Amino acid sequence: MFKLNALALAAIFSLVAAIAQAGTLDQVKKRGFLACGSNTGLAGFGLPDDKGNWTGLDIDFCRAIAAAIFNDPAKAKFIPLSAKDRFTALQSGEVDVLARNTSWTMSRETGQGFLFAGVTYYDGQGFMVRKKLNLSSALELSGASVCVQQGTTTELNLADFFRGNGMNYEPVNFATADEALKAYDAGRCDAYTTDSSGLYSQRPKLANPDEHVVLPEIISKEPLGPLVRQGDDQWFNLVKWVNFAMLNAEELGVTSKNVDEKAKSLHPEIKRLLGFEGNFGDPLGLTEDWAYRIVKLVGNYGEVFNRNLGEGSSLKIKRGVNALWSKGGLHYAPPIR
Amino acid sequence: MAPRSENGPLAFWYDPAIRGRIYQTLFVLALGIVLFEAIVDVRANMQARGIPTDFDFLDDVAGFDINLTLIPYSATSTYGRAFFVGLLNTGLAAALGLILATVVGFAIGIARLSKNWIVAKFAMVYVEALRNVPLLLQLLFWYNAVLKPLPAPRQSYVLPFGMYLNNRGLFAPELVFGPGAQWIGAAVIVAALVAVLARLTGIGARLGRFWPTLLIGLPVAAYFLAGQPVSFIVPELKGFNFSGGVRLLPEFVALVLGLGLYTAAFIAEIVRAGVEAVPRGQSEAAAALGLSRRQTNRFVVVPQAMRIITPLLTSQYLNLIKNSSLAVFIGYPDLVQVFAGTVLNQTGAAVQVIFITMAVYLAISLFASLAMNLYNRRFALVER
Repeated sequence: MFKLNALALAAIFSLVAAIAQAGTLDQVKKRGFLACGSNTGLAGFGLPDDKGNWTGLDIDFCRAIAAAIFNDPAKAKFIPLSAKDRFTALQSGEVDVLARNTSWTMSRETGQGFLFAGVTYYDGQGFMVRKKLNLSSALELSGASVCVQQGTTTELNLADFFRGNGMNYEPVNFATADEALKAYDAGRCDAYTTDSSGLYSQRPKLANPDEHVVLPEIISKEPLGPLVRQGDDQWFNLVKWVNFAMLNAEELGVTSKNVDEKAKSLHPEIKRLLGFEGNFGDPLGLTEDWAYRIVKLVGNYGEVFNRNLGEGSSLKIKRGVNALWSKGGLHYAPPIR
Repeated sequence: MAPRSENGPLAFWYDPAIRGRIYQTLFVLALGIVLFEAIVDVRANMQARGIPTDFDFLDDVAGFDINLTLIPYSATSTYGRAFFVGLLNTGLAAALGLILATVVGFAIGIARLSKNWIVAKFAMVYVEALRNVPLLLQLLFWYNAVLKPLPAPRQSYVLPFGMYLNNRGLFAPELVFGPGAQWIGAAVIVAALVAVLARLTGIGARLGRFWPTLLIGLPVAAYFLAGQPVSFIVPELKGFNFSGGVRLLPEFVALVLGLGLYTAAFIAEIVRAGVEAVPRGQSEAAAALGLSRRQTNRFVVVPQAMRIITPLLTSQYLNLIKNSSLAVFIGYPDLVQVFAGTVLNQTGAAVQVIFITMAVYLAISLFASLAMNLYNRRFALVER
């Protein structure tokens, strides 16, 4: 609790000090690094290895912002936050951006003072149970105990799902995903619930991963994306367009490997993306080659997905709805022009 | 004395007392202005960022469930109600923890004074082991090492009286009072009144062995006359788990055990210190006056020891109440977990929620402190 109270106090003090509403970019430049709120440990999204090197989709997103600003992806510093503490940390200005598999919801924008800068992963909530229970559907979970991480949309969807289907259940809430998973593994609960990407990435942590199965139902929409504080439109735009630049790069076939080659291209959209035509970097407070830096140093969306979640990772999650719109998925970035 | 000048008394601002008062007033004023400015500032900044600044969120629908509720609560209840659910859960765990800590603490404290080597050494090991391991680790120990390895519901341990023990908790039959049960309650009250009267008037002695029969017989007679209105709901294995009956959550048991046994180690030392602080001469004097050992303890040693024990006990009680907020780490839905956790997160009203939570702990602690001070007054030395 000490951490939470400390954060809340930090929130109060920073609010007293009236830190500048605008100028997040100036602060980041002056400070020399980007303070990025990340997960405490979720494989594929944000996880430090034994040497302290962070990997994950959210991590690479922050590195892309750092690359655009500093031309150096290593200038992103990661502050691990629990689901409970993450919003207070962003509100208080402890982090500049929160890229921590956080679901975009209305109340988080209208009630809590945040803005989501797009979606980096389309997810949905699912259930994991033991194989020996022989369940084929989440609708058979009536009367079950369910382990869940508190302070998440997951907790609310869970209540909605059981209420909507007229079933009863026992929620057992834990402060972190790890504790919830451990309690499930120890048999305290019949089911464990979180975003389905989380189920796949956490299953290897169980004592006997093969004895567990993910049920087919997806009970919610969880558009995960980075978020910033309201009141700084320049910073909001910057974070939003870092995401779009990575998606557009994939759409245009620009990768970290061929970006220098593509720079010679006569394709007008590629020329605009890489900063040879038009004036797109300056209004964001960046240089004209901002998107070139992102692709060159971090990669396009497809590369980042593949490296952290897809075939190039141990999770082997299929693109599915996370493919580009042109390939039957949901990712659709507005054009740079 | 303020120095006097030749032209009469000096101006009032040379008077040190008045001067002091002026400085103090100025200081309080300055402090008030700073606080006021801070509050105005915080509000303005929160409003600018779209963070709620009032307490209206307490009336919004919570939308999440809690697995231990002493008052009716569902996902459609308000955040305000969730607050009371958390508060009562904290109260329940703290109250039972206090009782456990007091009973075990006094027992261990007295055991440490025992002349029996084994008993005294056992008490010493208990105290040294429990007070030197961080409380959070002890809670995790009780929860992860002791309670979670219990069998799954289908392999439950079957206990006497229709009770079951498994990794979902302890399940016991529930007493259900049907219509007519109030007559039994009335009979119990009448029997109690009779007992008190019998004792006060001294008739009890004349009735001899008859009146205990009366005490038990009256409610039993009422039970049968009212048509046996009390029944049991026995827990039954249904689907995933037992349903029906009363249930003790493993999280609750772990929290009460952890808090109670940890604080008991400190209370034991306080009890030992209190008893040993009574000068030996007191017991010797009592013995010289012809008091028996029991009388010596009851009228001479314990009253003096309690004077030392009570104030120290108060701070241990306050520690236990505050430590109950560690519940969040083992999944027990106390005030901090429910309100300063989920509610804070869902509403974003961090400042208000933390303020309310701190105010509640302050209020509970002050109340406990007041109660202990009143108790202490009874035992304190009466100086004439």
